[in-house]
Amino acid sequence: MALLRRAIALSVCFTCPGCAGWQSALDPHGQQARGLEGLIWTFIWVAAAVWISVMAVLAIALSRKSGRGAGNERRMRVTVGGAVAGTAAIVLALTIISFLSTRLVSSEASHPLEIRVRGYQWWWEVTYLDARAERVFTTANEIHIPVNRPVRLQLSAADVIHSFWAPNLAGKQDLIPGRENTLTFSAQQPGTYRAQCAEFCGVQHAHMALLVVAETPDAFEHWRQSQLSPAASPTDPEQAEGRKVFTSKPCASCHTIQGTSASASIGPDLTHLASRSYIAAGLLQNTRGSLAAWIADPQTIKPGNNMPNVPLTANELRAVSAYLAALK
Amino acid sequence: MTTKLSSAPLAVKSLLMCMLLMSSLCGCEREKRQYRTDPPVAAALDEVAPMPNGIAGAPPDAYVAAGEPYKSNAYDLSQGKQLYSEFNCSGCHAEGGGASGPAFLNGWWRYGPQAVSVFVSIRDGRPRGMPAFRSRLTTEQIWQLAGYVQTIGAYSAKTSAPGRNDAMQSRPSENRSPAKSSYASDQWPYSAAQ
Repeated sequence: MALLRRAIALSVCFTCPGCAGWQSALDPHGQQARGLEGLIWTFIWVAAAVWISVMAVLAIALSRKSGRGAGNERRMRVTVGGAVAGTAAIVLALTIISFLSTRLVSSEASHPLEIRVRGYQWWWEVTYLDARAERVFTTANEIHIPVNRPVRLQLSAADVIHSFWAPNLAGKQDLIPGRENTLTFSAQQPGTYRAQCAEFCGVQHAHMALLVVAETPDAFEHWRQSQLSPAASPTDPEQAEGRKVFTSKPCASCHTIQGTSASASIGPDLTHLASRSYIAAGLLQNTRGSLAAWIADPQTIKPGNNMPNVPLTANELRAVSAYLAALK
Repeated sequence: MTTKLSSAPLAVKSLLMCMLLMSSLCGCEREKRQYRTDPPVAAALDEVAPMPNGIAGAPPDAYVAAGEPYKSNAYDLSQGKQLYSEFNCSGCHAEGGGASGPAFLNGWWRYGPQAVSVFVSIRDGRPRGMPAFRSRLTTEQIWQLAGYVQTIGAYSAKTSAPGRNDAMQSRPSENRSPAKSSYASDQWPYSAAQ
């Protein structure tokens, strides 16, 4: 008995952390996620009530003595008829509720913020679209959005099927090569939410995360302006050396740093790399140390990813990490 | 057959069953992917010794010691195929049929079909337009790309293949000895027309 109690206490402890946090469908911070949360709780409570009442009827039936009377046949017909009618009513009600809330979730908004998200093995390319070409910019693995404004993601994939899932904000939507899906959502309060690829996409699928940072409209506009500017110039000789290393080594044949000669689009855009919280799609905190570790040996940190081990001397590595860590 | 088997003794049946299960285990072995090459080995892979005219020569000892993986490992071939499109090889060589650059598909190699020649062509470039990729790709990547380019111009079928094309096929796939099919056609440079 004591063991059972301990097991129950333990399982409650383990399930509780799942109910809140920066990556949980049960802690909604957006209208769409709230709709889905309401739907799942409705289903859970209705199903629980049905299960408990069926069990109660079963218990009563087992505990009673069987009686054979003249009225039994009629009573049985009424009971079975009632149960069938009740089941049909519940199924119909849940279907209607489900239809109404999914329609709410997938409704299109007027004048949304348009963002193109493209899935690669194993990172996310994020392009902020605008009618004016000079206001379009590209970043990676981090989406900033203003609160209380609908955001429309145009989702596509470069290689295999991925799936965008920010559980606190919206449901899942697949990224499929050769076609474009959309997902519209909005955040109701500022905060940082974690999104994750939700469709197995290869050996590093688990390390394909993305941050959604919801900010006040002012903070978002400030961020947007800073992202639109070209990369910060080196402020000391070490950083200048780092830029030289970056543009002369294979780094520049895959990455872009706006304002330098590096302008390739095979890997993530690094123009404002230091403004992001994580590198390697949510794998490492963005510090100069982890940047250097990543550049020195990406295949040990994230085996199978498409960044090669580029041979650099210790001084080159120090310089290039100093330069990248200063790209605010 | 069914009646014979059902009348066989239990020991024979279980033996047959065991053999069937054991033979299915052979399917569990997967090709080994080497994601990371030790830096000293990667450096040694650069030590090719081409002949003075830049054609053929000795491959690096490290390449031979590793069992020439870039020719036959499906993962390396797939990476090579990805590099072929990412680094715009098709801009000049098209899908192997050639354009402003020479074709691979006809199986005619200006600098010979050896891996070393292809590696040196990509790393150091060649006269008349082929750029050097020495500072654009790592040594491993150049080997992967060279292995893939060799498959496009292969005369004999390979048992390993890179990933399939996403777009429409414009030539026989890489594991079907693409060059052999053009050898049979009039496209062959040694045909009477030339």
